[in-house]
Amino acid sequence: MKKITFWGTILLAVCLTLSISSLAWSDSRSDDGSSHGLWSQQEAASQVMNKTYQNECSACHFAYPAGFLPARSWVKIMGTLENHFGENAELDATDSQEIEQYLTAQAGDQDPGRFSRSFMRSIDNVDTPLRISETAYFRREHREVPSGMVLDNAKVRSFANCASCHTGAEKGSFNEHEIVIPDHGRWED
Amino acid sequence: MMNWGVVTVLLLIVAGSAMATEPAVNERQASYREAGASNFDAARGEGMWNQQQMQQEMRQSVSCASCHSANLRTVGKHIRTGKLIDPMAPSMNAERLTDAAKIEKWFRRNCKWTWGRECTAQEKGDFLQFIQSR
Ligand code: HEC
Ligand code: HEC
Ligand code: HEC
Repeated sequence: MKKITFWGTILLAVCLTLSISSLAWSDSRSDDGSSHGLWSQQEAASQVMNKTYQNECSACHFAYPAGFLPARSWVKIMGTLENHFGENAELDATDSQEIEQYLTAQAGDQDPGRFSRSFMRSIDNVDTPLRISETAYFRREHREVPSGMVLDNAKVRSFANCASCHTGAEKGSFNEHEIVIPDHGRWED
Repeated sequence: MMNWGVVTVLLLIVAGSAMATEPAVNERQASYREAGASNFDAARGEGMWNQQQMQQEMRQSVSCASCHSANLRTVGKHIRTGKLIDPMAPSMNAERLTDAAKIEKWFRRNCKWTWGRECTAQEKGDFLQFIQSR
């Protein structure tokens, strides 16, 4: 009897571990069901991630890259979570502080990445944008995307929904060869 | 691939029974009873889940099902951002209703957004009864 319980416990533990890793595995797939190779996984690994940020700020949308806004924008966003674009995204003080520290440390004015530099250059020093999607660089890059493919597209709805078109966004990739607009197909320049 | 799918489902069932919803739900419902609520009812919870209410900013009627879908065993979709939301049914998603603080946090956010006010203790108890039964 004792022995059975023992092996039962071991089996259960193995199953739990496996099922958790299988969940993580299925998470790494894009919407179209294809799984990504080792390469893109490693590419993503270079991107620093904070677990609390990932948990709390990816419930309603994907976790936006910290490097796409300057530190002052993140401070303002974190200070107004009780009215966050019409939603209540309030957090307790501990989580909120940890996330703010993470975001400001990885913010665009600290990050030497190609996209970060482009975003930062397009933001006036006196401005504190709350949206990545309203920065000048964002507007320029998406100028050729007809609004009908976004606003009138039930599968996109808003430019804030980056991951619906940028299939690698969850892993930090905004590569122009990974853009698929739902119901319109792959984006060719 | 197929085999892995079957194995995953089996493992999830095992994991599901290990991460039971009882502790968190019992704890929450006990505290709702202290606040005067009683006789939690899954059918009443389901009725409220689908109850449409005008959302001022969206200028359209919404319900809990707008983001979580009416069938709790299926994947939901955030009505504003389009992000997919894992199924609410604990039978499909072993992490559901296992964390009391998480439950309260989302009740506060979602009731305010969907209904324009916080939910009462009775309503929250009925919702949990309904979700837990799926
Ligand atoms: C309760 C849901 C919810 C949570 C939780 C949430 N957000 Fe949001 N967020 C939204 C909505 C809704 C929008 C607006 C989306 C739109 O306009 O389509 C938004 C938009 C944003 C934008 C602007 C996107 C753009 O460029 O247009 C940023 C930046 C952002 N959120 C950061 C955060 C951070 C940081 C956190 C964690 C502290 C967070 N969000 C948590 C709902 C949420
Ligand atoms: C409706 C689909 C769609 C959405 C939503 C969208 N994008 Fe894009 N994005 C595109 C397309 C298409 C291009 C390429 C435009 C071109 O090449 O003319 C692009 C280009 C870009 C580029 C430049 C890529 C490069 O290699 O030069 C960046 C960076 C980017 N998007 C970031 C974002 C971010 C951040 C968001 C969310 C805040 C977002 N996008 C939302 C479709 C979208
Ligand atoms: C605007 C979209 C939206 C609406 C409408 C909405 N929810 Fe949610 N809800 C969410 C999101 C996002 C989460 C967190 C995502 C996750 O855990 O996968 C969540 C999580 C929850 C949770 C936490 C479950 C757990 O233990 O993991 C409960 C309970 C819940 N919602 C109940 C409700 C109820 C009751 C209503 C209606 C009054 C409602 N929701 C309406 C978006 C919504």
